[in-house]
Amino acid sequence: MNVHQSLTGEPVETLSPLAHPRTAADAMVRFEQVAKAYPAYRDKPSVQALKDIDFAIPRGSITGVIGRSGAGKSSLVRLINGLEKPSSGRVVVDGRDISGLSGRDLRLAQRSIGMIFQHFNLLSSRTAADNIALPLEIAGWSRRDIALRVAELLELVGIADKYDRYPSELSGGQKQRIGIARALATRPNVLLSDEATSALDPQTTRSILDLLANINRELGVTIVLITHEMSVVRQLAKEVVVIDGGHIVERGHVADIFTHPAHPVTQAFLSEVIGDSVPVSLASRLQPRPVAGGRAVIRVQVRGADAGDTIVARLARELAIDVALLSARIDEIGGQHVGSLSLGIPGGEAVADKAARYLSQNNLPAERLGYVA
Amino acid sequence: MSRELINLIIQATGESLFMVSIAALIATAFGLPIGVFLATSRKGELFAAPAVNGVLGIIVNATRSTPFIILVVAIIPFTRLIAGTSIGSGAAIVPLTIAAMPFIARLVEAAIREVDAGLIETASSFGASPLQIVLKVLIPEALPGLVLALTLAVVSLLGYSAMVGAVGGGGLGDLGIRYGYQRFMPEMMLAVVVVLIALVQTVQTAGDFLARRVNRRLRHR
Repeated sequence: MNVHQSLTGEPVETLSPLAHPRTAADAMVRFEQVAKAYPAYRDKPSVQALKDIDFAIPRGSITGVIGRSGAGKSSLVRLINGLEKPSSGRVVVDGRDISGLSGRDLRLAQRSIGMIFQHFNLLSSRTAADNIALPLEIAGWSRRDIALRVAELLELVGIADKYDRYPSELSGGQKQRIGIARALATRPNVLLSDEATSALDPQTTRSILDLLANINRELGVTIVLITHEMSVVRQLAKEVVVIDGGHIVERGHVADIFTHPAHPVTQAFLSEVIGDSVPVSLASRLQPRPVAGGRAVIRVQVRGADAGDTIVARLARELAIDVALLSARIDEIGGQHVGSLSLGIPGGEAVADKAARYLSQNNLPAERLGYVA
Repeated sequence: MSRELINLIIQATGESLFMVSIAALIATAFGLPIGVFLATSRKGELFAAPAVNGVLGIIVNATRSTPFIILVVAIIPFTRLIAGTSIGSGAAIVPLTIAAMPFIARLVEAAIREVDAGLIETASSFGASPLQIVLKVLIPEALPGLVLALTLAVVSLLGYSAMVGAVGGGGLGDLGIRYGYQRFMPEMMLAVVVVLIALVQTVQTAGDFLARRVNRRLRHR
């Protein structure tokens, strides 16, 4: 077991996934040279949605798939449960080539893959309990078994008292809990989440993500999260896959990707959550030339465990500079510090240069933003 | 109005209700599956069969664009084949059914198309067969719309049933034409119209009530 602090301050435990499965048995889902193209239809040209997709999702892991809208993430997740077929390549789920199945065989395989949706997709004509019962009815369970299983699931997702309510009487968070219970009804070993929290407010999002973490920990269900929000990946996932333009541009441990993003798309997503942009109040005061009696502004990127926690104190002590902290934001992601500091260095160009040299000697990437009065 | 005339009205009302209810039942039995098929058989849909969908659509449109009175006369040989005669309330059920079927099919198609496509995808995602999707998702979700569609169909059938009176179909329309028009009895004409209005009103009110009952979308307890 691997225990670490989540950003919400609550300890999060996850079944330690193997980051990069070396053998086939480690993988719950494996994409083998998958491409997906949609043929031209009426006035729409053909679209190459996915290209050269080749990676594995470790058994028992929570893997985030992040990308901008239109990046191909919806197609990717629908290849896993056979709602879409690859144009070439194979998608292997739990050792079985799902892309090669059709008809009854596919429908049977789909029962071991649950899916939750952004807009919940509950039947308005059924109560909470009956919505959860639907996949069981379809799988041909007996009424008695269905009743027992539904009661269990209502308990699991924490809405046992709402069993006889219709979706129109429930809040978004409650609806998504029903969606999760329904997805888990047939005891799947994979749970696909298609932007499941994008229609929810931040507090409800957090409670739903906590529920998903619980389900992963207690039932060992492999979770694949499709999202365009890095905060969702940060809170829940251990592995992340960044896709852009139908390609995987970056993937790995969440902590590694957050501390050392290589691709511009990843960097753009990261700046959303770790706030490494310069605050407007500071940016508006910046001037390109030194100001007499003013300060040089240096922005320091903080990445990694041994980051610049003490850098302000060290600059002050070792270089005898009266460092001003103009803005700072440091988050902890997977045990790593990630963020940035904007420092104000008084005393003219020579002192600023000395400070910059000191920062680079300490492996802290720094950038001269300008000057303030 | 004499007791005799009142009895005539009661008898004609019975005939009209008989024609309309039997025609509505048979037309629904055929129109519902046709409507579901029309709503689910375009390219990329559940029962994708674009060619069949196209042909069926043309047949439905052709039937719907033929004026009812012409349809009644045009299909007399077919009516004789089915009912053994072309006169009377029993025989009138045949053209009424033929006219209502495509009408109901189109209304059903519209109601089914109102169901969120996301629900079809959801049911597919947990391995529902196309037939299960129709029976467990599409029809229950479209039920309020379907009830209103059938209400509209019954109201239209009441109007049509008055028209078959012109060709000896019996019922309220027949009574209105023979007594009210040909024998110039305005009170009879008025009575027929009043009864028809009352029937339509009752059917519509009942349909609206039922549609509200089955609609869980906006209902709060």
